[in-house]
Amino acid sequence: MKILLVLGFASMCLSTAAIAQESPTPSPERTRELVRMVRQDCGSCHGLTLRGGLGPALLPENLRDRPPAGLKYTILLGRPGTAMPPWQPFMSEAEADWMVAQLLRGFPEETK
Amino acid sequence: MRAPNIRWPWVWLVLVCWPLLGWSAEPTLRATGDLGVIIERGAGRVVIVNTSSNSIVQRVEGLGDLSHASVVFSRDQRYAYVFGRDGGLSKVDLLRGTLDKRIVQGGNSIGGAVSQNGKLVAVANYEPGGLKVFSADTLELVADIPAAYGDGKLSKVVGIADLPGDRFIYSLFDADQLWIADVRDPKAPKVEKFSNIGKSPYDGLVTPDGRYYLAGLFGEDGIAMLDTWQLQQDVQRILANYGKGEEKLPVYKMPHLRGWAVAGHHAYLPAIGRHEVLIADTLNWKETGRIAVRGQPVFVVARPDGRQVWVNFAFPDNGYVQVIDTLTGQIVQTLEPGKAVLHLEFTPRGEAVWISARDDNKVVVYDTASFAKLAELAVESPSGIFFTARAHRIGF
Repeated sequence: MKILLVLGFASMCLSTAAIAQESPTPSPERTRELVRMVRQDCGSCHGLTLRGGLGPALLPENLRDRPPAGLKYTILLGRPGTAMPPWQPFMSEAEADWMVAQLLRGFPEETK
Repeated sequence: MRAPNIRWPWVWLVLVCWPLLGWSAEPTLRATGDLGVIIERGAGRVVIVNTSSNSIVQRVEGLGDLSHASVVFSRDQRYAYVFGRDGGLSKVDLLRGTLDKRIVQGGNSIGGAVSQNGKLVAVANYEPGGLKVFSADTLELVADIPAAYGDGKLSKVVGIADLPGDRFIYSLFDADQLWIADVRDPKAPKVEKFSNIGKSPYDGLVTPDGRYYLAGLFGEDGIAMLDTWQLQQDVQRILANYGKGEEKLPVYKMPHLRGWAVAGHHAYLPAIGRHEVLIADTLNWKETGRIAVRGQPVFVVARPDGRQVWVNFAFPDNGYVQVIDTLTGQIVQTLEPGKAVLHLEFTPRGEAVWISARDDNKVVVYDTASFAKLAELAVESPSGIFFTARAHRIGF
């Protein structure tokens, strides 16, 4: 059992490390769409500036202590029992990884 | 002897220019009853518009973070009070086209209301959770009512509306409570609290007569209703269990409630997590029907005469607007005004409707009888549209 837990933890660390390293940048067009989605659609609850609203703030200082994998799955699967919906139908896992990486370093502004 | 010769040109100049000066000093008079404002969401700017000429009058800058901004109007319809996400409260002069005053009164506000006598503006805050009341004239703070619950935590305040008697009614998202603040004496506000109104009230409305307050519930299928003429009857649950235990669809945008969900003696309300509009009879608050629509409703808005109800939708169906004929209960029109429709507002008597399409950077004006497009205005990332006729309605 312990071994399983350790293995599980190790694989989580690995995948966390993988996220930090990889998260390939989507195409410029898709990047624009994803930035717009975060700023506008996520922004309707979290605020355009991501300083929070009905949903919590999503600035780097708010997210720093959270494991990136957890953030990714919150985006993809939502948080049952809260207003956070699953965004899986609208993005790939790799795109969610990229989004988490951007959120952690300060999400880019929309370009006009 | 030569002096008079030198003065003559001056006399002539004055004589020639006098009437010109007089004419140019005559002010161009105008009223504000056909004006409104549109929020330019990303730019911290509002656009003053004219609904008689379907045109932009001018822009006013410097209003801060306007994601999810809302607006109420002064009783004389001259000033727009704009509530911003950064806790900003801005007073915009529609006649001068200027920012008259601006304060940052909280960390994060969601909306507000003007008191019945027009003298007070109340702001509902998420952060710090509570209600702040200001002089409508000077924006000086006159009352601060934290939304404290449990062991002193502060709840986000949602669904604020004015009630007759200089009262404000609102819901506490985190505390499942409904409060009525009587600010007739702002130095000693009286607060009446109602608990266990239902899980996670997300927005609220009062009916156009100021009698019933409805709070939409995010955490359960149902709506909390209070008859403000008979407070002793307490908060009732209406349209309970409208989802009938079916699994909810994920909600990509919270619906909004305002007083014009009421058409005739029926209220048209968004069903959370469903592609449905619910109809309740305002005489007994029983469900009388439901209408299947294109997506998850966000705004469900009755034309002022109540003959039509227009509906827009959450992502990913936010390119559509549907029109319900209230006589037949049928959808009579499906429009595609543009990408990411965020809001719609009727002209005071409802011959036209203005619709904001955020991702197409435009506001489209439709004739509500023929559904013909009347105008298209270039507006950057438009969200809320607010016309001054709101100044004279209870609940706005």
